[in-house]
Amino acid sequence: MERSGTHTVGHPVDQDFLALPLTALADAALDAARRGGAQHADLRVHRLRTQHLELRDGRVVVAADSETLGLAVRVLRDGVWGFAAHVDLTPEVAVATARRALDVTATLASLATERVTLADEPVHAGAVWVSPYDVDPWAVDVAEKIALLTDRSAALLAASGVDHVSASLVQVKEQSFYADTAGTTTTQQRVRVDPDISITTVDRAGGAFESLRTLAPPAGRGWEYLTGTGWDWGAELTELPELLAEKVRAPSVEAGPTDLVIDPTNLWLVIHESIGHATEYDRAIGYEAAYAGTSFATPDKLGTLRYGSDVLTVTGDRTVPHGLASVGYDDDGVAAQEFDLVRDGVLVGYQVDRSFAPRLGLDRSNGCAYADSAEHVPLQRMANVSLQPDPVTDRTTSDLIGAVEDGLYVVGDRSWSIDMQRYNFQFTGQRFHRIRGGELVGQVRDVAYQATTTDFWGSLEAVGGPSTWRLGGAFNCGKAQPGQVAPVSHGCPSALLRGVDVLNTGSGS
Amino acid sequence: MSTTGSALVERALAIAASQVPDAGAVALVREVSEAVVRWANSTMTTNGNTVERRLSVVVLVPLDGGTGAGVVTVPAPTGLADGPEGDAVLMDAVAGAVQAARRAGPARDAAPLPEPAGAADAHWDDGAEDTSTAVFARLAEELGASFRPGEASFGFADHRVTTTWLGTSAGVRRRWVEPSGSVELNLKDPSTGTSVWGGEGAADMGAVDVTALVERLRNRLPWGARRIDLPARRYETLLPPSAVSDLMIYLAWSMGGRPAQEGRSAFSRAGGTRVGERLGDLPLTLAGDPAGAGFADLAYTPVLATTYSGDEVSVFDNGATTGRVEWVRDGTVATLAYPRAAATEYGASFAAPTDNLVLTGGDDATLEEMVATTGRGLLLTCLWYIREVDPTTLLLTGLTRDGVYLMEGGEIVGEVNNFRFNESPLDLLRRATEAGATERTLPREWKDWFTRAAMPPLRVPDFHMTSVSLGR
Repeated sequence: MERSGTHTVGHPVDQDFLALPLTALADAALDAARRGGAQHADLRVHRLRTQHLELRDGRVVVAADSETLGLAVRVLRDGVWGFAAHVDLTPEVAVATARRALDVTATLASLATERVTLADEPVHAGAVWVSPYDVDPWAVDVAEKIALLTDRSAALLAASGVDHVSASLVQVKEQSFYADTAGTTTTQQRVRVDPDISITTVDRAGGAFESLRTLAPPAGRGWEYLTGTGWDWGAELTELPELLAEKVRAPSVEAGPTDLVIDPTNLWLVIHESIGHATEYDRAIGYEAAYAGTSFATPDKLGTLRYGSDVLTVTGDRTVPHGLASVGYDDDGVAAQEFDLVRDGVLVGYQVDRSFAPRLGLDRSNGCAYADSAEHVPLQRMANVSLQPDPVTDRTTSDLIGAVEDGLYVVGDRSWSIDMQRYNFQFTGQRFHRIRGGELVGQVRDVAYQATTTDFWGSLEAVGGPSTWRLGGAFNCGKAQPGQVAPVSHGCPSALLRGVDVLNTGSGS
Repeated sequence: MSTTGSALVERALAIAASQVPDAGAVALVREVSEAVVRWANSTMTTNGNTVERRLSVVVLVPLDGGTGAGVVTVPAPTGLADGPEGDAVLMDAVAGAVQAARRAGPARDAAPLPEPAGAADAHWDDGAEDTSTAVFARLAEELGASFRPGEASFGFADHRVTTTWLGTSAGVRRRWVEPSGSVELNLKDPSTGTSVWGGEGAADMGAVDVTALVERLRNRLPWGARRIDLPARRYETLLPPSAVSDLMIYLAWSMGGRPAQEGRSAFSRAGGTRVGERLGDLPLTLAGDPAGAGFADLAYTPVLATTYSGDEVSVFDNGATTGRVEWVRDGTVATLAYPRAAATEYGASFAAPTDNLVLTGGDDATLEEMVATTGRGLLLTCLWYIREVDPTTLLLTGLTRDGVYLMEGGEIVGEVNNFRFNESPLDLLRRATEAGATERTLPREWKDWFTRAAMPPLRVPDFHMTSVSLGR
């Protein structure tokens, strides 16, 4: 399925960004690029505002605001890319930066043994897109934010068995202006927040400690997310100390093949690592081979690779409301879309940008270009890659647990690691609840689960219904050299998987 | 550039002094000029030449009950300090930091700013230094010549020059220029699926001998002609310096003094910390040293400059002179990282995280000589995707990558499948039975954040491979 990008305006783009000489910079840079022989060029002005608040045991450790802003020029001359960027936002520097990008193509052209072609894209002139949020976090006094984190810290510190509390909030506003030689100009603004609270209990006499973190994922929302829209903070914080106490008392897990019911708060990360990255076309053809790695899901297997069981259907999108990778237009000037990656268990698609779409035989990019700052070149980055819920039966998480005689219910993400072809992975979690006879009977500890990607998804027996579907995600998906980070969300329902290999990490595993 | 970093620092400090005369202030300007080139499948993929410049203002405001800290970082384009428009930006930055400090309340890491160790640096008023893709001239020529049919080349080279100006209201005026760079190369033989990797850290890109690096890696490709499948279990294993560096870096990052004192770290033990605890029989010393610890290109400027506070560093310590720290000395945990205030609180010494790590104490054996004395075991190339599994023991998981080889009778006899491992670097120091000669190396996993390392190869009698990875 494919859906065209939308032209959405909720909040306006901030005036101080619009007041930058965006059009003058574009005119100067693109004209210089054309004069220098570029067949395609684009200019991007990118601003990233970040506020980071962090409290330890109720006292502020970090109260910091930061901003990056610069212009980037990318040229394509005779099929060879050149890229340059500068912090100065003047037309003179825009021209000089375009010329530097052209110089880069000349200096390094001898290394380009292949020529780049770009997929066509309709011109989007004057497009504006702003992510949906209610309250701009920058409109809220930092004192109010600190007070909220302080109050929550104090309440948790007062709970029995809680020795330490860490509370943090990272809020980001990302603004970009893109213009290319075809005539597309887009102006966008995205807001996202990442609140996080963890509690620790310490056994000083025994020299041991244990911790538990909130499950609230980062979200493409505003300050309202901290106060109850999209997440029930009251309920989660109330139960956190008792869950930690139960975790401390829990017996160590018995290793071996185990039936797992995995909550969306854990499963999103498995999807990210084993499907999201594995279906990036640049990885699949080796562009990340020396760094982030490749993919077992190579293009020769498109349409035939049995990725998982029949209930595995996975989409990519840059459109889902509050998704961290949701945009109106990508950094190639391509309108946001939704598309299939795995349908009924079979690999059917990849995430691409304009340079990769023609190599895959596609007429059009599906809009996955992104650069995390002006200093970095746009790359194919991850869309919101999501596992679809059961379209017929709205099965609950309890229903899935009820189908397990002896197993584990996995909640929250913690440690993750996967190999360079996205085959072998190991995950832990915040909590592992033992299932006996279809009922939860208390936590176990020292748990990790390992699997090979296709075996794991092949053991997917059932997925929950739409009522269990949730967005998880992260601010910091890493890729490329020099390293870039990208925010991305993953939606998924609860899921039931049979016979997954569980390790006991406390016994030297 | 009409405004030097020093002028920007002075203007920001002057504005801070006028807005909040009784506050301490730090101004930090960093300009980064970077050139990069990346290639895959024996063709260039991305490149770039970029200039970034940022100003950070840290304001330390006296409050009831202590001192609060606020930090604001803004882009610092040319001319920022030249006129009213620039002054408005600086005044907003200072005001924002002051507001944040007041809202934050008294900081636990508060301490008077360090006094200057001497007069302003001689080059304080100089401009920034830069780089461009022209530094890759030799690399491009040699790399292009190395591309050949039947072999796929992948890699990345970057060269960055960072110019830093640090000024504080206590009188510190420091400027330093740090060039850094690296080249990584990954060769693959499509006919066998064999993949090999090597890399070098290099501040002078013109000194990198890509031809020699290519040849060194090509010598390993034939090892993949014989494939041997081995199951997951414990193996005698030789970890080369790159693999050792990635494990030691994670160990060093986990050596915060406060977490250990509070009982929430692998360096905690019942009633205290692990300082003084003997880890193993080998007299290994893990140290960081601004002077480079015998490796000239590992040297870094011995002054602390930070825009954030945490368990290991504090914004109140900006301008402090840093020195050699021995984290592990002769096989014994020796030092944990403390900002000055935490050091006072716990009766320890100020020890800032070091920008290099050197592990010494082994013999003079090279990795090749250690292979020659191995009866049967695995030789690794590097480690990848290292993540913490259990913070109480510092149990880490990760994978082998780009070459696992079986050694028998002192020789390489074939290439083995990759593995997932679960190991704690603390336990590895406890169990290692041999360390070779320390050499300059490039950490494969943590290179984006940490490039200055020198490590020996280590022999571990029972390295724990927990599953086979089909990835190659």
